[in-house]
Amino acid sequence: MITFENVSKRYGGFTAVDDVSFVARSGRVTGFLGPNGAGKSTSMRIMAGLTLPDRGVATIGGLKYADIPNPGRHVGVLLDASAQHAGRTGREVLQLSAMTMGLPSSHVDEMLETVGLTAAEAKRRVKNYSLGMRQRLGIANALIGKPSVLILDEPANGLDPAGIHWMRGLLRDFAAEGGTVLLSSHLLHEVEVIADDMVLIGRGTIVAQGTKKELLRTAGTFVRAEDPALLSKVLDDAGIAASPSGDGGLRTEAEPIAIGRAAAAAGVVLVELHPAEGAGLEEMFLQLTASDARETVTLEGVSA
Amino acid sequence: MTAISSHPATSDALRAGSGSRGDVLDVSATRPIPLTRLIRVEMRKMRDTRSGTWLLSLVGAVAVLVTAGFFIFGDQDDRTFLNLLSMAGIPLGFALPVLGILLICSEWGQRTALVTFTLTPHRDRVLLAKVAAALLFAVGGIVIAAIPAAILASVGGAADPWDGVTAAVLARVLLAFVLGVVWGLAFGAALLNSALAIVAYFLVPTLIGIIGGIWSGAGDTLQWFDLNQSSSVLYDSGTVTGSQWAHLATGVLLWVAVPAVIGAWRVVRSEVK
Repeated sequence: MITFENVSKRYGGFTAVDDVSFVARSGRVTGFLGPNGAGKSTSMRIMAGLTLPDRGVATIGGLKYADIPNPGRHVGVLLDASAQHAGRTGREVLQLSAMTMGLPSSHVDEMLETVGLTAAEAKRRVKNYSLGMRQRLGIANALIGKPSVLILDEPANGLDPAGIHWMRGLLRDFAAEGGTVLLSSHLLHEVEVIADDMVLIGRGTIVAQGTKKELLRTAGTFVRAEDPALLSKVLDDAGIAASPSGDGGLRTEAEPIAIGRAAAAAGVVLVELHPAEGAGLEEMFLQLTASDARETVTLEGVSA
Repeated sequence: MTAISSHPATSDALRAGSGSRGDVLDVSATRPIPLTRLIRVEMRKMRDTRSGTWLLSLVGAVAVLVTAGFFIFGDQDDRTFLNLLSMAGIPLGFALPVLGILLICSEWGQRTALVTFTLTPHRDRVLLAKVAAALLFAVGGIVIAAIPAAILASVGGAADPWDGVTAAVLARVLLAFVLGVVWGLAFGAALLNSALAIVAYFLVPTLIGIIGGIWSGAGDTLQWFDLNQSSSVLYDSGTVTGSQWAHLATGVLLWVAVPAVIGAWRVVRSEVK
């Protein structure tokens, strides 16, 4: 279990992490989601004891990271797959970690096999590795101490579709055995597929958190009419706030029955009327991303 | 937060040594990493990279060539143990501080510090292990250089092959090597950049030498700051005077102790990105 309690970190005038609290529970995969620069990596560095927070406490299984003896045996960390010595072989990278943790070399071979790096690939220097191979090496490095907690920053980056599929299975099995998995991503879909719980972060603060079901459920209603302009006017008259969403449709916080009644009373023909599953989360995420991105994203492009 | 029920014992059995998999980390069976193991890891890091392997092979080759060249082309009476050792010591004196610099700086340059300090959050222990590893390499290098020097001296036919060999002289030669390595480590830690630290390590003594050459009046003052000059007396077979030790001490304070303190602070406190 990973616990963040009111953690804040400032760099000069820039607040990277602002009063962040959340829990990544054991036996579950927690997705840590947010656009680039939202504070994910800073939070993960704080978890791994690499960055000291200005305020708040981060603990793993009730302990501060620095108080865990031989932490590699308990917490597997992958913060940046590219942060490896270019002149070392892949095998040597794992060998150094195994040595530090006091593990026999047999763990190295076992891990190379687990992440699908061949003996020939393991003998090559990291300089000649593709990002996908580095990512596999980084995952092997995180797993080699047989930890019960995994902290992975953007582990899917650079993996091919088969690699992503493999990683999902691996993390699911890890959580199913009771382990804690926290993985970050800037892609909603990537997290949605694998996570049991989600934590959304934007500009250093938590925007939403909960189980995936909860987050996907509280999305309001999607409605589309034969005559969108007329529906818009009718809902307006009925005092129901609605915003454009998808192909000529509207999204609203009101219950479907309220919209159906208003439409029936005005004689508006509805084409679609259903709970807007996921759209709320996706819109929230797009807004988060858009406010930090250079491009402006029009929410009308989001389908229900 | 919701309490999570404990997981079946089988999952623990599946992953022996991982501690409990519930909400509280069971670290009771985990021993902290001993310093000796960290030193072994750091010694391995000095030679397992491409640059480390090349540097070590190159130094070995140059040491052999220089010593052999001196033995073959030098005067027979010059083939004393100390002369042969100082020949082999030239490449070692260049390379060992550079290895020390690389051992510290590559963690930042190659960003491996991210992994190193995650596996060992107590950075002071990592730094201590690096210093110990670099010093062990230095001592090992001298011992390895001393063996062929002793053999060559005994068969070289010099009038007195063991001329000037006393415990004090040998200790001073060792001290000179150790000083060079510690100097390199201090610069490396203070600058945390391989290229900068290596350039600074070789440039500082040269600059002081140039200043001394141009500004002849400063000679007396400069000897308090010129560590390269003041440490060279350690190789002399004569006795070292009190004022020479004093010059050495101020030089060490300025060029080794001050950067070492800054460097230790930076290594322990600076953020790894």
